[in-house]
Amino acid sequence: MTTSAQPAVVIVGAGPAGIRAAQTLHQHGVNACLVDEGLRGGGQIYRRQPENFRREAKALYGFEASKATAVHQAMDEMATEIDYRPQTLVWNAENQRLDVVRDGRADAIDYTHLIVAAGATDRILPVPGWTLPGVYSLGAAQIALKYQGCAIGERVVFAGSGPLLYLVAYQYAKAGAKVVAVLDSAPFSAQCRALPALLGQPMTLAKGLYYRAWLTAHGIAVHQGATLQRIEGEKRVNGVQWQGSGPVQQLDCDAVAFAHALRSETQLADLLGCEFQWSALNRAWLPSRDSAGRSSVPGVYLAGDGAGIMGADAAEMAGELAALALLADNGKPFDPVRSEHLQRKLGAIERFRHGLETAFPFPLEWAGKVPDETIICRCEEISAGDIRATVNEGHWEINRVKAMCRVGMGRCQGRMCGLAATELVAHCSGRELQTVGRLRGQAPIKPLPFGLESQP
Amino acid sequence: MALLKRLVELDRPALAFTLDGEPASGLQGDTLLTAVLTNSEHLRGSDFSAEPRAGFCMMGACQDCWVRLGDGRRVRACSTLLEPGQVVSRDPGRQL
Repeated sequence: MTTSAQPAVVIVGAGPAGIRAAQTLHQHGVNACLVDEGLRGGGQIYRRQPENFRREAKALYGFEASKATAVHQAMDEMATEIDYRPQTLVWNAENQRLDVVRDGRADAIDYTHLIVAAGATDRILPVPGWTLPGVYSLGAAQIALKYQGCAIGERVVFAGSGPLLYLVAYQYAKAGAKVVAVLDSAPFSAQCRALPALLGQPMTLAKGLYYRAWLTAHGIAVHQGATLQRIEGEKRVNGVQWQGSGPVQQLDCDAVAFAHALRSETQLADLLGCEFQWSALNRAWLPSRDSAGRSSVPGVYLAGDGAGIMGADAAEMAGELAALALLADNGKPFDPVRSEHLQRKLGAIERFRHGLETAFPFPLEWAGKVPDETIICRCEEISAGDIRATVNEGHWEINRVKAMCRVGMGRCQGRMCGLAATELVAHCSGRELQTVGRLRGQAPIKPLPFGLESQP
Repeated sequence: MALLKRLVELDRPALAFTLDGEPASGLQGDTLLTAVLTNSEHLRGSDFSAEPRAGFCMMGACQDCWVRLGDGRRVRACSTLLEPGQVVSRDPGRQL
């Protein structure tokens, strides 16, 4: 696809991937339209505090302060020169047009080329009591602190698994919050097995080890092979039950942060008609892309965690790489050596990512053990038992199960429950996870205000 | 009673607002979620059992922090900044 006309490029998402993509295009004389739901660019992991907050980058981002600052600087340097649209939700995408809404007003943006960098949310495996006030995702707990200077409670338990678990617990303790305990579902043996792959990125490994050592050195209980079983309370959290190798144990607390790593936001890629393929690593169907980020749809590129969980460093590289691919596809001059260099570095991060999956393995036993009364879909209040009953009536395709029992049909469109529901359906029907399908994206991909005004 | 605990950035101008008709106070730069949950313990009632909810993802994805403003708009509390004099009301939810 070589054309001499200037491409009309839109980038969705102003996190590390979207910002680097916009910057790369800007440096090559192409000013993209950068659309972002956030108030200020940075995405989630490098989310910026409101303008009147005063903490230094070091206090907000720790070891990642220089990376976060560099991404923010890239954003600030081009913000007035490109068409940057913060607080703007893209709610539909088809036929080279995006439907957007900002402040209750609808608009449409036409494009010839689109880079989707929609990011991720926490991957949640529900336990009884997870809808109580005081229970948040790990990402939410971090946002409360980073973006608002708040802890999610007075006495916080951190549970689940993944790199974010130790990072957020460390950040809380460092900021003066009371961390009651860290319950890591991954056994220590898994982390030993993962060492060879993790040594490929020694700095990242060292940081992870540092957080855990710091917690232990400060007298915070860190339990490995420990499963969060139940969150207790009437109107808010007052404790948790957890189990290691021994009997069930109790902890008093007034807040819980939990998640098992992250999941990709793929709804736009779905609406755009991108082909999906099964990712055993992510336990999810993800939009296909070539090594530079081209999707199966000409003119549509994918970058960052929204196309598969690789983390912020990889997102920056993938954003730049997708922009270089876009330039190449439009016959613009670009540096192929840089492109190859980025692809090699992304390959190394992917090997590390496999190591992380070994170190923090997905808890395969969850689907068999989660009690029937557990709410899985918090929007529609559909329980594990409701889903199992639907499977026992003979349904096993996830969209069919959704139609029958309404799991994933609520306002969040399955962002919080979809993966858990899929795991349950696969386990209960005795099928392989990839065969039960994936929840289809539907426009609007997030709720729109009633009485939406359109531009004249 | 508050759900969230302020740890840092306490030195900001106070902003008065009303929560379900009662006077309340937040700080400049607070989201509605922070302002409401440093004054109380929930944001809304759920749609099928009216159980209290206080948001979950804080990044605009879970749709479990919607509150109503005085001008009739319904907004996500996690992604909307508090403004002085704002009239915020909570939906009690519905029971089947």
